[in-house]
Amino acid sequence: MEELKIRPIRNGTVVDHIPQGQALNVLRVLGVDSSTRDVVSVAMNVPSDAMGRKDIVKVEDTEIDSTEADVIALIAPEATVNVVRDYEVREKYDVSMPDEIRDVLSCPNPSCITNSREPVETVFDVRDGEMRCDYCGTVLRDEIAEHLV
Amino acid sequence: MDIIDTREMSKDDILRLLERASEVEGSDALDGCVLALLFFEPSTRTRMSFDAAMKRLGGDTVDMGSVESSSVQKGETLADTVRVVEGYADALVLRHPREGAARLASEFVDVPVINAGDGAGHHPTQTLLDLYTVRENVDAPLGDLHVGIMGDLKYGRTVHSLALALAKFGARITFASPPSLRVPQNVRTELERAGVEYEEVEGVDEAIGSLDVLYATRIQKERFPDEQEYEKVAGEYRVTTETLETARDDLVLMHPLPRVDEIAPEVDRTEHAKYFEQAHNGVPVRMAVLDTVM
Repeated sequence: MEELKIRPIRNGTVVDHIPQGQALNVLRVLGVDSSTRDVVSVAMNVPSDAMGRKDIVKVEDTEIDSTEADVIALIAPEATVNVVRDYEVREKYDVSMPDEIRDVLSCPNPSCITNSREPVETVFDVRDGEMRCDYCGTVLRDEIAEHLV
Repeated sequence: MDIIDTREMSKDDILRLLERASEVEGSDALDGCVLALLFFEPSTRTRMSFDAAMKRLGGDTVDMGSVESSSVQKGETLADTVRVVEGYADALVLRHPREGAARLASEFVDVPVINAGDGAGHHPTQTLLDLYTVRENVDAPLGDLHVGIMGDLKYGRTVHSLALALAKFGARITFASPPSLRVPQNVRTELERAGVEYEEVEGVDEAIGSLDVLYATRIQKERFPDEQEYEKVAGEYRVTTETLETARDDLVLMHPLPRVDEIAPEVDRTEHAKYFEQAHNGVPVRMAVLDTVM
């Protein structure tokens, strides 16, 4: 019998097929931090036929809708999201890159107005695989994890 | 209507403003209106020409003055400053050291916002007066031109706005700069999307013979680690009568000013020099902008 590394959840969301080493960044994208009171489980370096190794994140008693889940595509484009109710997967969807990313990334340009004390959320327009700051136009391609808010 | 950057302006928007600029003299369309000038960075030409433009249209201006003498010094955010000033004026002209400042301001107020320079971002009204000057001096459609842009192309906001506007018309562009001051990626991406024919070179000498317009910009000393390196680079991007020997007789030489050493004083006496005319065009062009947005 396969060893159970992470227990099933009764209600909540399971994000599967996260690239190895990206689980904590997925939590950041989802806004999970020290103020979160839901039970959160993280499995890292789990053997996977398709991916070799993968990470898995489970957030109990919280359902992530497809719009929220799409932000995960920033760092885990192959991720799948499962919404669990009474131990059964009731909804399952793949993530896809959104057209706009709001308040998830900081602008890499230190002179951008969003990196000052102004009361604004960052907004990035997504086009052709690039993220463009809506304020200063700086293009963000890689190093996304470094710019998670 | 806001004027934030040339990327968002259509070719028709630009042409309408240029047409209006040529006929706006004598209008008092803004009689009784007030324009707020908020300059968080030094300015001579832009500030004075907006002031003159508003007054020539019959309106008046209120000026925030220097940052040192304003509430900004007390730590007020830009979002708060513009919301306060919105109550005093019918439109805002904003220059700010941070990129994206004008866009932010436009989100917090209902009156029109005109970007008068946001850090190393954009300076759309400078571009309008640049294009107006080109049209006054070159007898060919903007799309048929070969334009050389030289100097600090990375941090020069006038360059970014001009390149994006020229892209709308399909002009050919040659960028000449030191490798460390090349056009930023976001501008290059926009040019590529627009299908613009452009090239990047380190010196303008080889291209100068085919240029209709050469647009020189200032290389700023603070962009270099040491003065020696700056002197070396600045010397290579200086326009002299010698540089212009192989240029066409009708080459139009422009510069957003202020210049330091980029154009030798003897060039002022040549037929190529159009930079003072260019600066003077700030008034009719900004009159057209104010008349259109207010």
